[in-house]
Formats: sequence, structure tokens, C-alpha cells
Amino acid sequence: MTTKTYFPDEPGVPLTGVRKDDATASRRTAMAGVRRDQRRRRAARIALTLILLLGGLAMIFPFVWMVVSSLKKAQDIYTLSLIPPEPTWGNYTEVLQRTSYIRWFLNSVIVAGITTLSVAFFDSLAGYTLAKFRFPGSTAVFLLILSTLMVPTEMLVIPWYMMSIEFSWTDSYWGIMFPGVISAFGVFLMRQFFMGLPNELIDAARLDGFSEFRIFWKIGLPLVKPAVAALCIFTFLGNWNAYIWPLIVTRSDTMRTLPVGIAFFSSEAQSSFHLIMAAASLATVPVIIIFLIFQRHIIKGIALAGLKG
Amino acid sequence: MSLSLQRRRWLWGYAFIAIPLFFFLFVRIGPTIYAFWMSLHQWDPIALDRPFIGLENFRSMADDETFWKSLRNTWIYVGVGVPAGLIISLLIALGLQRMIRFTGFYRVLYFLPYITSLVAVGWVWRWMYMPNGLFNDILGWVGLGPYKWLGSPDMAIYSIIATTVWHGLGFQVVIFLAGLESIPEDYLAAASVDGASGWQKFRDIVVPQLNPTLVFLIVTGVISNLQVFTQIRAMSSGGTGGPLDSTISIVLYVYQEAFQSLPSKMGYASAMTVVLFLMILAITIFQLKVLQRDTE
Repeated sequence: MTTKTYFPDEPGVPLTGVRKDDATASRRTAMAGVRRDQRRRRAARIALTLILLLGGLAMIFPFVWMVVSSLKKAQDIYTLSLIPPEPTWGNYTEVLQRTSYIRWFLNSVIVAGITTLSVAFFDSLAGYTLAKFRFPGSTAVFLLILSTLMVPTEMLVIPWYMMSIEFSWTDSYWGIMFPGVISAFGVFLMRQFFMGLPNELIDAARLDGFSEFRIFWKIGLPLVKPAVAALCIFTFLGNWNAYIWPLIVTRSDTMRTLPVGIAFFSSEAQSSFHLIMAAASLATVPVIIIFLIFQRHIIKGIALAGLKG
Repeated sequence: MSLSLQRRRWLWGYAFIAIPLFFFLFVRIGPTIYAFWMSLHQWDPIALDRPFIGLENFRSMADDETFWKSLRNTWIYVGVGVPAGLIISLLIALGLQRMIRFTGFYRVLYFLPYITSLVAVGWVWRWMYMPNGLFNDILGWVGLGPYKWLGSPDMAIYSIIATTVWHGLGFQVVIFLAGLESIPEDYLAAASVDGASGWQKFRDIVVPQLNPTLVFLIVTGVISNLQVFTQIRAMSSGGTGGPLDSTISIVLYVYQEAFQSLPSKMGYASAMTVVLFLMILAITIFQLKVLQRDTE
């Protein structure tokens, strides 16, 4: 390999000449420079650590401020202290009393949970089929599903709303869930992973008399478990935080999901930020705790889903 | 007798794909066509009469000041938010890549906002942006401000962009880190032997090698910023488009016209989603072109 291939964008630019000069210069001062270099590098590393640490703390500071504010009494809310003068759980009890928080939370668990299970099953099945089956029309099906990825959700919410009214799906779990129970994105993710599955394995199972569904269920699926896990994390998170469609399709307070309920409560509470911060804490802290427990898998799963999809 | 082996496999394929295919036809393709259809009508869901008006909805966009404002704002969200997010997250990723210890800990810190609900964190930021809130208090120590942040027509949109960037940063950092890890060590080592400076290595090796990652993050960033809605609603009082409609986005305007205005203007709102669709389509085509050139 020549040096040129390292610089595909600038073939033939006399970079090498510049670099040779640099190299000679550094050799000349090498002996004296090594120690200075080491010291400088150490200082640089400490500076970098400090910057990254401060940046990281700044990233999570809004959550700290949220929890701190939620523990302050109404009259202390505008004090700047990081420790509430008189810490109280009162804001939480008031939010729990005034809202259907538990119900919203359960709604979100149900909606995001069922959607995730459905996506995991149907997207795997469809991905497997598109990766491993050839039948008349299979390419057309593939392109058709691919084309749906280009259509933004916002374009569909109005037709979905008309549909929901037509079929009386408004204000029901099915109404909240139906647009998401299968996702085109997941179909492609799973197809990508199933493509890597050796055909010999499937043929061998066929010879053993396995039915096609059993091959998918017992052989294909277990081999792509990491991908299924990534898809589940991605789907659950997306549906847990979903806002615009649940906002449109729900009407009664008891059918709201957590983000929709919190949004309504917060705008009704106007400037009672001690209560709003308690509500925001109730919405985010459970997710943060789960994230901290499974952070490795969650970050890896989202990166995997993001990169392969 | 029984079906041939091939035919039987075809049937299995059809059986497996039947439900997903039905779903996509019924919940994605159908509604897409329906949205185009609605965009050609004057459409109030309560009214019995929904007259066909051709391209009238598209024509009236030209005279609709709020539409132009929402279009302009949407491109501010994209044009400021995407580059800001990319530059900051790339810097963080380059820094994190050099760290040896506690890398997992740093990743958690930066990633945390991404998993939380935008509604909740939108309100947290709104609280910090309050005239007598945290930011003005802190700036007051050094004699700056007070600023109106979300209350100012000039600043509100950028205040919301800051929240958006903060929220999405962790995802971009993690994707950048994965991209950086995939750069072969030999390339950088060879450049070091040749005496390349850190900046030269970055410009001539890291950036070209990161190209697919950059394209991916730009496209996903642009598409998600084109659809910005939740944080604007959370951070503008009454869920409106901010002071003088200075923060309104296309999606927020679509929502207002379809679900809040009386009588509901769903036909007009659909026409605006068609415009949004065309913009996203253009970006998708652009992405395919760039990636194609990349692999050639």
C-alpha cells in the first residue's frame, strides 16, 4: 500500500514533503524534547479529564436541579441552594393526589410493553422471511416496506386520526398502539442480521424434518438474540417517550400515557414549578434508574440499532 | 399429490409475510395516499361536505405568513441544531476516545439525557430558563443579564435548540465513538511515523474515514429536526408557537391547524405534511446519492 491511499481526498498533494521536514525537526530536538513532551502530555491528559468530567456533570445537572427543585417547598423554590432548606416529599404526594400518575404510568407500561413484544415477533418474522425466502413478489414486498421508511409519522397522524374515528379506536390502548405494532425500521434491522445466518443450518434443519416456523423459532431467532434485544430496547424507549400520536388519539385523562399526562398537568400547573419538577421527576427517575442498571446493554443496543438500521 | 417442495416453501413465505404486509398496506401505504388525497380537499372532520379544491391548499400556503414562519423556523432548527450537535458531539467523542479509565462512566453521563422524555426535560429546561430561574441567577453573578430566554422572540428558538442539542448529544457521541473505533490503527500509526501532526491526522485520516458516520448522523439529525414538535410544545407557554410565533415549526403548525383550530383545517394541514414529506424525500435521495458515491 502506498501513502497515497491514506489520503483519498488529496491524491498527489505534496503532504509528504511537509511531513519530512517535521520529522527532521523533531529528531533534532528529540533528546531534550522527550521529557518535555511527556510532561506536556500528562498535563494535557489531566486537562482533558477535567473538561470531560465538567462537561459530563453539566449534562446531568438539569436532572440534579429537577430533583432538588422538586424537594423544595413552594416558598423556597426560587432560592438558588443545591440543598433544599426544608426538604419535603409534599410536592410528590400532591402530584400523586392531583393526577392519575399511577394510571398514566401503567398505560405507558402496557402500551410500550405490548408494542415492543409485537415488534420483536413480527419484525423478526418478516426480516427472516425477506432474508431467507424467495417467492414471486418477494422483491416487491421488500421495496414496498422500504418505501414506507421515507414517510414521516406527522404525515400519517391525520389519516390515522380519521381511521381511529371511523373504527372507534380513539381513547383506547389499541388506538394508541396500532401505528407502531410493526416497524419497517425493525424489519430491515432483523433482515440484515438474518442475512448473516448460514443457509446450511436451515437446510440441515429441514432435513431433520423441522417445520419452517420451528426453524425460525428454534434456530434462527436464538442466533440473532443481540439484535432482537437491541430492537426491543429501541422500540420500548421510542414508545415510552412517544408524544404526538398518544396526544392526538387519547381524550380522557385515564387513557393518557405518561408524557401526555405530564404535559397536561404541567401546563395546568402553570408556574408552580415545585409541583412541575416533582411531576418531571416522577416521569424521568424510574427510566434513569433502569438505565443505570442496564446502561451497558442499553447504550450498546441503541448504537447497534442506530448503525445497522 | 402434494405440492412441490419449492411451492410449499413459497407458501410458507407468504404465510410469514402476510400479517406484516397487510399491516404496512393498511397502516402506512394507505394513509400515505389518503394524506395526499386529503391535501386536495377542504376537510373538516365534523362537516359532512368536504369539497375537492384541487391545489388550492398549496396555493394558500404562499399567502400564509405563519406557514412561512414555520418553514423558516424549521430550517433554523435544522441549520443551527444539526451542525452544533455534530461539532460538540465529535469533540466529546474525540476526547472520550483518548480516555483510558472510567470510560463507561463518562458514556453514561453523556448518554443519560437521550433516554429521558422530551416532555419532562423540556419543562425542566423551561424552569431553568425562567426570568428568575437558574440561568439568569448564575449569569447575574458575573453581571450579565437578565435575559428573557424563552420569552424573547429573538432568543426563544435558540434556547429550544440548546435543549434539543443537549438531549440528542449522547446518541451522536456513541455513534461517533463506534465510527472512530472502526478506523484502522495502522493508518494513524503510519501517519505518526510520517510525522503528521494531530490536526493533519484528524483532517486527512479521521474525517475521511468517518464519512459514512457523518452522513448517517447528518441525515438522521436533519430528519429528526425537520419533525421537531414535542420540545416546542413543552417550552412555549400554552403550547403555542412562542412569542410572536418565533418558535413555531411546521409540525406544530400542522398540529394546530388540524387539531386545535375551529373549524379544523385538516386538508390544509395535510398539504403542509406533503411539503414536509417532499423535503424528507429530497434528503433521503441525497443520502442515497452520497452513499453510492462513497462505495464506488
